[in-house]
Amino acid sequence: MGAKEKPKLAMYWASACGGCEISVLNIHENILTVDEVFDIVFFPCIADFKVKDLESYPDGYIDVCLFNGAIRNSENEEMAHLLRKKSKILVAFGSCAYEGCIPALSNLTTKDATFDKVYLNNPSIDNPDGILPQVVTKVAEGELTLPAFYHTVKSLDQTVDVDYYLPGCPPEPHQIWAVLQVVVGALLEGNPLPPAGAILGAGTKTVCEECEREQSEKTIDRFYRPYQLVPDPDICLLEQGIICTGIATRSGCGALCPSVGIGCRGCYGPPDGVIDQGAKMLSALASVIDAGDETMEDDELEHKIQAVIDTIPDPAGTFYRFSMAHSILRRVKNGKGDS
Amino acid sequence: MKRITIDPITRLEGHGKIEIFLDKKGNVENAYLQIPELRGFEQFSIGRPAEEMPRITNRICGVCPEAHHMAATKALDALFNVEPSSVVKKLRELFYNSFYVTDHTVHFYALGGPDFVLGPDSDPAERNILGVIHKVGVDIGIQVIECRKRNHEVIKMLGGRGIHPVAGLPGGWSKAMTKDEQKIILEYAQQNVDFALFSLKLFDDVVLANQAYVDLIVSDAFTHETYYMGTVDENNLINFYDGMIRVTGPDGKEFVQYPAKDYTKHIAERVEPWSYLKFPYLKNVGWKGFVDGMDSGVYCATPLSRLNAADGMATPKAQEHFDRFYETLGSKKSDGRYLPVHHRLATHWARLIELLYAAERMQELTKDPEITDPNVRPVITNTPTEGIGSVEAPRGTLTHHYKTDENGILTDVNLIVGTTNNNAPIAMSIKKAAEGLIKNGEVSEGLLNTIEMAFRNYDPCMSCATHSLPGQMPLEIQIHDAEGKLIDTRSQYID
Repeated sequence: MGAKEKPKLAMYWASACGGCEISVLNIHENILTVDEVFDIVFFPCIADFKVKDLESYPDGYIDVCLFNGAIRNSENEEMAHLLRKKSKILVAFGSCAYEGCIPALSNLTTKDATFDKVYLNNPSIDNPDGILPQVVTKVAEGELTLPAFYHTVKSLDQTVDVDYYLPGCPPEPHQIWAVLQVVVGALLEGNPLPPAGAILGAGTKTVCEECEREQSEKTIDRFYRPYQLVPDPDICLLEQGIICTGIATRSGCGALCPSVGIGCRGCYGPPDGVIDQGAKMLSALASVIDAGDETMEDDELEHKIQAVIDTIPDPAGTFYRFSMAHSILRRVKNGKGDS
Repeated sequence: MKRITIDPITRLEGHGKIEIFLDKKGNVENAYLQIPELRGFEQFSIGRPAEEMPRITNRICGVCPEAHHMAATKALDALFNVEPSSVVKKLRELFYNSFYVTDHTVHFYALGGPDFVLGPDSDPAERNILGVIHKVGVDIGIQVIECRKRNHEVIKMLGGRGIHPVAGLPGGWSKAMTKDEQKIILEYAQQNVDFALFSLKLFDDVVLANQAYVDLIVSDAFTHETYYMGTVDENNLINFYDGMIRVTGPDGKEFVQYPAKDYTKHIAERVEPWSYLKFPYLKNVGWKGFVDGMDSGVYCATPLSRLNAADGMATPKAQEHFDRFYETLGSKKSDGRYLPVHHRLATHWARLIELLYAAERMQELTKDPEITDPNVRPVITNTPTEGIGSVEAPRGTLTHHYKTDENGILTDVNLIVGTTNNNAPIAMSIKKAAEGLIKNGEVSEGLLNTIEMAFRNYDPCMSCATHSLPGQMPLEIQIHDAEGKLIDTRSQYID
């Protein structure tokens, strides 16, 4: 890179909601600095049309690519490969790219069931001929094509090598700005880059560490749905029996959800040293459940703990709310392979 | 046969693609708007606890998560058969109007507005938010950024998070407003009103004062006579949060008014094999294809549609601008209502009138002494069964429909999302714009921009796809001959 040349920045969305882009806009006046510092060579908005422009760039032409969105269809996958090739630094930006996020709850069901619900069996559908979207359709005037919808949602690093991860759904704006400053420092001032594979823009511990609610050693004997009680404003939600996954979630957001009386659902992914967020949550729950006393046999105790855990509706969809693609489960089995 | 591909044009749940086919003479035979992405929320939400839906479905759209959050929360009210208290309704509506202010601001200044503020024939490299700032001054650009900033602060204050809020509960809201917050929001609401009035003045000075722009707005290329949908209060005035869904005809007469829970009696959705996005239409008119008129069930749900479907605005300053809108565009009154404006580009103006209404409504709600009542989170013991909730999303009437078992676990989910309502009208607008510009094989240089303007006024969710920072134009047309050989490429973006 020449001395006067600005570093080249790209941002792309695969299967995503656009919240990551809005969170970037929410760095507010700093967006003007981003525009000043970087030469933006590709942006979520320009996706496909610049595929051949992207192809025409030399490999490694883009200094930093912020890639958000999960890998849901053939187009997402093609773009992931292309952007990997063209980017020096590829960042899995936000929960979808990092670990699948909410779209990966789709791995609890099947492609066929999804098409059936969306296009055939719902209260407002008018589809007597059972038409489903097709990869290739012949119309009177010619042929129309669509990307193929995959059976399984994947994270970015299950598709291509990823250099860094920036967790959150979406990443909080102050964290995005902090990461951009680190990147600028590295590219323009020669500061060292974080180690490969690092998780940026977040803490290392759990949401509980930054939550202002009081935590004690209190144990619980049942769980409540969030509409079944009015929680005390100052006490740990989990200790009041409201499911909060902060204990199994990386810090970095500032414990926003618990601060308004709503349990965490884990959008920042697992903390350092934890691979499977759901498994971590289950073991954490077992430790706060009051199921008996020291006189009980192990079997009986385990049985009682399980009985309390069984009162939690939808543990898989709750404890893996954001991390299904990245989890040990990855998807439910249904004999259809994983693509 | 020649074929023109515009890929991608914008994004709804993905990227959009336009395919235009020409006949032997080189005139438009047909045009298709394809949406190449599906995520399948209706299916993967099944098995989840219903109360999680406000924080699951907001991930349908990160641009309007507040709309999904609110439609889901209202569906929970119905599901658990609980009527929210008046303070809960007011808090939710206040939160929702603050969202409208920021959302409409983004569209006008960053997404749709640059067409007008800079002019349709301006350099594409300048036709973006930065270009707007260059034209109208940095001070105004800072005002736009400040407007987004303060309203996202309100959204976070009331909803828990700046994006993907979490406060909605069946019959309630998890966070009450403090008196300090009330003071801050009241100040912000006043700034929003000033900002909205300023934006309308800017529209006056830049657009309405320029006869060429006015001619463009009322030109046939951007005109479609369809049904219009919007939510109205008991006086038939616009309300974004709650009310009856009203549909008016191309002739301006009320066609039907119904509560959201009856949506399946009035709306049906078609499937085409060449798009992942469905095509809703008015069931009781019927599907006649992608055509205008009284006999076609195609309807539109946008700021323009809401103005057309309502009798007026519920706040005083917005009402003044509502009158001015119809009088300026030459609409006469019939049976006490203005006849509809069918010019799609007038949607940008309608959006600013809604911006003013949202700001004024924020003021009204924040001033209400009840708004700081701390009792906002009721305990619910009812057994859930089935619930339907709807709100006016900025991009159209949004409906969530849930069924559960007695434990509140979802067994069926159906969603009709804002932009989806406009799937057929957008396709029609694209075709008409193409027809006007492609004659005997000659593709006008203005085609790309005109087609862009044709769809962008609908603010299809992710219309940021076409005008975000730094504002490259994501349009390219490829013209192939009958053998599929590329014979011409026209692109309109600049790095």
